[in-house]
Amino acid sequence: MIDTVKNAEATPDQEQPYKELGLKDDEYARIREILGRRPTDAELAMYSVMWSEHCSYKSSKVHLKYFGETTTDEMRSKMLAGIGENAGVVDVGDGWAVTFKVESHNHPSYVEPYQGAATGVGGIVRDILAMGARPLAVMDPLRFGAPDAADTKRVLPGIVAGVGGYGNCLGLPNIGGEVVFDESYQGNPLVNALCVGAMRVEDLHLAHASGTGNKVILYGARTGLDGIGGVSVLASETFDDGAGKRKKLPSVQVGDPFTEKVLIECSLELFEKGLVIGIQDLGGAGLSCATSELASAGDGGMHVYLDRVPLRATGMTPAEILSSESQERMCAVVEPGNVEAFLEVCRKWDVIATEIGEVTDGDRLVITYHDEVVVDVPPRTVAHEGPVYHRPIERPADQDELQANTPDSLERPDDLLELIKIMAASPNLASKKWVTQQYDRYVRGNTVLAQPSDGGMIRIDEETHRGVALSTDCNGRYTKLDPYEGAKLALAEAYRNVAATGATPVAVTNCLNFGSPEDPGVMWQFEQAVKGLADGCAELGIPVTGGNVSFYNQTGTTAILPTPVVGVLGVIDDVRRRIPTGIGAEAGETLLLLGETKAEFGGSEWAHHVHGHLGGLPPKADLGREKLLGQILVAGSRDGMVSAAHDLSEGGLAQALVETCLIGETGARVFLEGDLFTALFSESAGRVLVAVPRTEEQRFTDMCTARALPWRKVGVVDPESNALEIQGLGELSLDELREAWEGTLPALFD
Amino acid sequence: MRVGVITFPGTLDDVDAQRAVRYADGEPVPLWHGDHDLKGVDAVIVPGGFSYGDYLRCGAIARFAPVMQEVIEAANKGMPVLGICNGFQILAEAHLLPGALTRNHKLHFVCRDQWLSVENNTTAWTTRYDAKAEILIPLKSGEGGYQADEDTLKELEDDNRVVFRYVGENPNGSRNNIAGITNARGNVVGLMPHPEHAIDALTGPTDDGLGMFLSLLDTVVKA
Repeated sequence: MIDTVKNAEATPDQEQPYKELGLKDDEYARIREILGRRPTDAELAMYSVMWSEHCSYKSSKVHLKYFGETTTDEMRSKMLAGIGENAGVVDVGDGWAVTFKVESHNHPSYVEPYQGAATGVGGIVRDILAMGARPLAVMDPLRFGAPDAADTKRVLPGIVAGVGGYGNCLGLPNIGGEVVFDESYQGNPLVNALCVGAMRVEDLHLAHASGTGNKVILYGARTGLDGIGGVSVLASETFDDGAGKRKKLPSVQVGDPFTEKVLIECSLELFEKGLVIGIQDLGGAGLSCATSELASAGDGGMHVYLDRVPLRATGMTPAEILSSESQERMCAVVEPGNVEAFLEVCRKWDVIATEIGEVTDGDRLVITYHDEVVVDVPPRTVAHEGPVYHRPIERPADQDELQANTPDSLERPDDLLELIKIMAASPNLASKKWVTQQYDRYVRGNTVLAQPSDGGMIRIDEETHRGVALSTDCNGRYTKLDPYEGAKLALAEAYRNVAATGATPVAVTNCLNFGSPEDPGVMWQFEQAVKGLADGCAELGIPVTGGNVSFYNQTGTTAILPTPVVGVLGVIDDVRRRIPTGIGAEAGETLLLLGETKAEFGGSEWAHHVHGHLGGLPPKADLGREKLLGQILVAGSRDGMVSAAHDLSEGGLAQALVETCLIGETGARVFLEGDLFTALFSESAGRVLVAVPRTEEQRFTDMCTARALPWRKVGVVDPESNALEIQGLGELSLDELREAWEGTLPALFD
Repeated sequence: MRVGVITFPGTLDDVDAQRAVRYADGEPVPLWHGDHDLKGVDAVIVPGGFSYGDYLRCGAIARFAPVMQEVIEAANKGMPVLGICNGFQILAEAHLLPGALTRNHKLHFVCRDQWLSVENNTTAWTTRYDAKAEILIPLKSGEGGYQADEDTLKELEDDNRVVFRYVGENPNGSRNNIAGITNARGNVVGLMPHPEHAIDALTGPTDDGLGMFLSLLDTVVKA
């Protein structure tokens, strides 16, 4: 029997499995108070999923406010939509708006690597589509446990195949991302997915349901039993009549990229014809989320006829229909006069579309199932007025000890040439070609830069050559040692990577992956990281336009390294002026190192890989310097003074040299001063290796000197040599370097 | 020169094929999978992607699309037809070209810049290349391993119908390193790599692929 509002009123004392659905006693009591009665099963399903940490941000909300407080009007000037929308939107000039966002799909990807990763891509792409934009490209920052662990061999190939399988079939180029290994991710890999899209400024669509009488249309895939997490508790306890016992489906959803591709093209045609007033994708929490968010953001109420939802399983209960996370579905608000035209476009694309409700007067979200009311709630209480927690915060007791355990006493090897090879072959620094060659980077023909470049770059206008560049970064070891500084360093690196392509950084998104918010030490890391990131953005003068929080990333009581992945978006007027990562594009280039090198080894890749050491303090971030560096690189690109640029990060100058030579398939002769170990392996921030044509050397270095950016000539490109020679140490042939750099991942995963 | 570019639901590289036609000063004409006529085009490109999702054998459903019946008829009368990647799979399924494309031998999707040698520069799509020219264009596919029985392979080799061969390490386990083939008449060509992604060194590894579309221009002008 279906639990209706009438029934709920008649049976106030009926016990409900709210605890199994993840609601606390006081949260359940609050729902009863809001409704003035006990919730129906369907209402309980909606509240429990919408008030979950994932949907309600209940532990992070009080901290995330800091982003808003630190964003000035000046920083906001280019922002067309920000935090709270499906994705942030930035005005990039020439009438173009660009939207981008990163989201996590960590836990499903551990349970079922292929589908978890695939649906992570699918979800973020629909978020971008729901802004009215054509999705242009994806990137995937991934983190795994120890590279040689047995479970990594299960998880990594599955996740990579899932990202590729979905993205390739969807027809979106994959232009970058990260692959990082650390034991802390062993039982909890991180799968973050970024999507970027573009639209004309006037075509921006926001998720809201306005105008009484307007119709609500659900279109895309049918709704099934896949991806029903906690709600299956309701199903099994309340509705299992024994006769029609159904097979339980896995709570990880199953993706269908073909349906998503068709959904994208169909949606873009609907937008183009002006048939859509408001739109929302169906992701986490399915229809519960879409209907309550649309209604709550609009100016009226909404009536939804749940029995009209096309199903792919029999006997689904209202609670299951509302909570199903079946993929590839969208919900649109359409004027009554446009419904037929809307359905006509859907028919062309063979997309199922069903009018499931309408916008009403008043302020209630009413959901009926075969004429009986199963949900009658104020939508804001579901979507926006969930619980807010001020979780206890405490700096971990062992933080001082961690910071006191510096890498100063670690033994440094005599053979630095050998160390260059050892580091190039270390799993974190090794070439990620084994992963990225499973991703299509060419489709749609606008990819200007992709992995292994510092940042990905996409052309958005073939006439004007305007484009955008993107990079995502985070070093969890730095954040572990100092979450505030570590978050700034993640921002600094992503900013620098974008600038190194010749683009001007304009906006920031993030995906904050942390352990349990119920651990005061984790909440301290989170609070510090948010502050570091927000303060850093204020220093750089670019806004955070959106983001995502993923808590409970831990194995038992051991949390992952705090991992605030930062994505930076940059704009370039003319993609033909992009700066490549590899040297050798011009005959006769000089190598210059921009920035300053100090002996900074805390959290370094060398300490990690060679000594298994994590302690001390991370490098110091200097965002003023990063900004200056960015301006110099952009000027260098604009005036044709820079022929290659590569950011220095993990592995220091040594790794940057190896990569720039191998990517450019060209040798170099390098001369360094001072302590060679520090010069080669320090991870000081704010540094970029650039190649400048000899004819531009004077002009470029004069500009650096005039603007007080430290620079030093460190070598020359040598197209004849096929080797990396370091004066005082000797030379390494490009062949042996390539074998070291490219051999590691195939040896581990083939 | 008017060149039809077919879009099936799930086609991905149609915009790229259209761009390549424009780069060769042609006029791209979009053709929809449900169309029953070819709108008077001079040639047809069946582009890459995952037609109808390709959850069944690649191209197995697309060959039955209404527009493909028109393509088969026109191809048999001599119209130049090019199948790229999924398009090659569809032309093989439609029996316009012999053999079949199977899962890559290492079982992974492979996206890489691939050297090819031009083995036959007399087809409708390859006259602009020098004999045995080596070109670099992207390969991106999961099911690109060319397979055929011994008799068919012998016939292809004897009749000089192998149009492109992979140079260096075989990327997908194709028999005889075959990357692309043609029919007996030389008007229908199918290949797994993507010439339409190598028409401008800004967005591709080279502009080596442009030669195929310029070759078509010559063919159409002559006809």
